[in-house]
Amino acid sequence: MNKQMLTGNVAAAWGARLAGIDYLPAFPISPQTEIIETVAEWIDTGVMDATMTTLDSEHSMLTAAGGAAATGVRVFTATSSQGLLYGMEMMYALAGWRVPLVLINVSRGLGAPITLEPDHNDVLAARDSGFLQLHCSTCQEILDSILIAFRLAEDKRIRLPVLVNLDGFYLSYTREPVIIPEPKEARDFVGPYDPGTVRFKADAPISEAVAVLGGEAYSYFRYEVQVAARKALEVYEEIAAEFQAAFGRSYDKIDAYRADGAEYLFLMIGSFATKAMDAVDQLRAAGWKIGLLRPRLLRPFPDRDLRILAAGRKGIAVVDQNLSFGRGGILHTEVTSSLYGQPGAPPVIAGFVGGLGGRDIAAEEFYQMAEDLKKACRKGVQPPMRLLYTAGELTAMRKLQTIAHAVRPEGGRDEKH
Amino acid sequence: MYRIRFHGRGGQGMKMASHILGTAFFLAGFEVQDAPRFGAERRGAPIFAYVRAQRDPIKERGIISHPGLILVADESLVPMPAAGILDGVEKSSVLFLNSREDAATWKKRLNFPGKILAMDLIGADLNVPGGQRFFGAICAGAAAALVGVIPEDILLQAIEAELTHVEAEVIRENKTRALAAFQAMMEYSGIVKEGGGRQAAKFKKPEWIEVPFDEAGVSAPAIHGSRTSELMKTGAWRLRRPVINTSRCKGCWWVCSTFCPDSAIVAKDGRPHIDYDHCKGCMICMVQCSAHAITLVNEYEAEEADKSE
Repeated sequence: MNKQMLTGNVAAAWGARLAGIDYLPAFPISPQTEIIETVAEWIDTGVMDATMTTLDSEHSMLTAAGGAAATGVRVFTATSSQGLLYGMEMMYALAGWRVPLVLINVSRGLGAPITLEPDHNDVLAARDSGFLQLHCSTCQEILDSILIAFRLAEDKRIRLPVLVNLDGFYLSYTREPVIIPEPKEARDFVGPYDPGTVRFKADAPISEAVAVLGGEAYSYFRYEVQVAARKALEVYEEIAAEFQAAFGRSYDKIDAYRADGAEYLFLMIGSFATKAMDAVDQLRAAGWKIGLLRPRLLRPFPDRDLRILAAGRKGIAVVDQNLSFGRGGILHTEVTSSLYGQPGAPPVIAGFVGGLGGRDIAAEEFYQMAEDLKKACRKGVQPPMRLLYTAGELTAMRKLQTIAHAVRPEGGRDEKH
Repeated sequence: MYRIRFHGRGGQGMKMASHILGTAFFLAGFEVQDAPRFGAERRGAPIFAYVRAQRDPIKERGIISHPGLILVADESLVPMPAAGILDGVEKSSVLFLNSREDAATWKKRLNFPGKILAMDLIGADLNVPGGQRFFGAICAGAAAALVGVIPEDILLQAIEAELTHVEAEVIRENKTRALAAFQAMMEYSGIVKEGGGRQAAKFKKPEWIEVPFDEAGVSAPAIHGSRTSELMKTGAWRLRRPVINTSRCKGCWWVCSTFCPDSAIVAKDGRPHIDYDHCKGCMICMVQCSAHAITLVNEYEAEEADKSE
C-alpha cells in the first residue's frame, strides 16, 4: 500500500493525476497554487501526459476549461476565493452548456477585508451555479472525492461540472497520511472518458451556448439542470458504492458520526467537522448522547438522507463557517428548509456562525454549543443566531481600532488628521 | 497525543522541522498531522509550525492551543508578543529554547508553569551566512529525542525523505546537525508526554459576547491617517543588521537608500542613516554599496554593544 504524508493540495494533484486528466487550464491564487504547481511539475517531468495552459484570469481559465470539456477531453482546474468569484459568470455558463469537468476550490475568506485564511463564503457563493458540490474534511477524502467527482460529472445522465471543496490552511497546507490508490485501480474506477455527444470539433460543428428568447425554452433548459442535479443523488450513491467496493473507503452523501441513539447532533461541513467529531467523542465520554452530521454533498442537497438521519432527535446545532449578510448562516437556512414540516423533524435547529476567516473553534466552544442547544430544546424555542466570538477577541479588536485611529463612541482614541 | 509547536522566523526552516518530525513519526508508525502557519510571505517574521502524532487517527485540527512541547529556534523571539510562544502553556508543557542562557534563568524570567530546557544548539550556524536554514533539522532532531519514541535511524530516514530536492552535501549537513541535536537532548528522552483531549465533563466556558453595533465610521476596515505602519517595529524581524562604516562611506547616499525595499535608509546631511526600528536585515544595501562601506553585524552583538554604550 502506498501511504504518504501529503498536503491537501498535493492530494488534490494526485486526484487529477490518477484520474488521467487531459487538460489543465490554470491561474495561480493562494492557497491553491500548490495544486497547479504540483501538476505542472509532473507534466514537465513527463510523469503525467496532459496539457497545461496558463490563462490571464480565472474567467478565462473557466472559459478554457469549458471550451476544452466541450471538445470531449477530461478537464481539471483549481481556484480559490476571489478567483472563484472572478470566474463565477462562467460557472453558470458551463453548467448551462452541460459540460463535465472537475473544479477544485480551496476555500478562503472573501474580501473586504482581505484574508488568506478559510471560510465557506466563497464556495457557497457558487451554490446556485449548477456545479455539483462535494465538501471534504481530510486529505484522503480530497483525493478520493476527485475520482468520484469525475465519474459523477461524466455520467451521461448528469453531465454537469463538479466542484470539490477543501479548506485553505487546515487542509491545503496540512499534511496527513494519505493512501494513494494504485494507478491501474484508479484508472479502472474512473474509466476512460466517453464524451458521447460532447464533441465540439472543427469537422463536426455544433452551436454551443445558444440564445433563447421566450421563457418556455429557457425554463426547460434550466429545469433540466435541476432535474439532472437531483438525479445526481442516486447516481452518486451508485458511484460511492462502487468506490467502496474498489477501495474500501465509504463516502455517504451525509457522513454520520456516532449519530446512533443521539438526542443531539452537530451539523457542519469541511475540515472543522473533524474537530466536531473530537468534541462528540469527549461529550459522549461525559455522558452526552450526541453525534455529528457532515453533508459531503451540498449540491444536490441530500434532503432525504438528512430527514432520515434527523428524525426523532431533540435538536441540531448547525455550525456555519459563512455568513449571508442580513440573514445568517447559509447551511442553517438549508437545513431548516429541508426539515420543516417533515415527520419527526427536530423542534430546535440552533444556528451558530464560527470559524470566519480561519478563526479557530475551540473544543470548549463545541461543548458550550451542545449545552446551549440542550437548553433551547428544554425551552422548545429556536434560539437566535450566535456568533462564536469572545470578549477577549473584541478587546484585541479594539486595540487594532485604536492603532487604526478608528473613532469609537465609547471613548477610544479620537484624533484629528 | 503528542502536540508539538516549532517557533522560528520565516527562513529558519520551521516548516521543514515540522515536516521532518512529522515524517519521522509517520515512519515510526504514528498517525500524524503537520502544518506550517504563516501569513503573507515574511522572511524574518515570527512563524510557527506544528505536529500532532498519536497511534489512533487524529481528529483535532488547526493551531495547537495546548502544546506538550514548544521548540524555539532562536531566543530573540521570546519577548515578541506576535510570536505567541507561550500561548496555551500548561503545567505539562515542555519548552525548549535555543539560548545562551540557562534554563533556570528562563524559568524565573518567564514564570513558566512547565519544564524548561535551554541549550545553544544553533550557535555554530548563527553567524554563518545561510546557517539559519539548518535550524529546522536541528529543532526536529531535538524534538525527536525529547518525545523519546523516534529512533535515530528513523530521524535520518525522515530527513532524506524530506530533502529529496537538495544536493547530497546539504542532506549530509542537515543529518549531522539533526543527529548532534538528537544526541545532545537524549538525556531528556521521553520528557515530553502524550497529552489527553479537552474534557467535556468540566470545561471553562467560552466568554462569548454579542458583538456590538458600531457605526460604519468605526466598523469599516479602514486605517485612518498615514504612516501607521511606523508603529509596527519590523526591525524585530532582524537577526543581523547592516552597519555603515562612516569612514568608508563616500556619501553618495542614493545607492543604499534607493535599493532598500523598506525605505529604512534615509539621507540626512548628505549621509545615509539606517532606521533600525524598521530595517528587516535583508542586507541588500550591503550587497549594493559600491564603496563596501556597509558591514554585517550579528544582532545579539549589536544589542550588547548598544547596552554597553
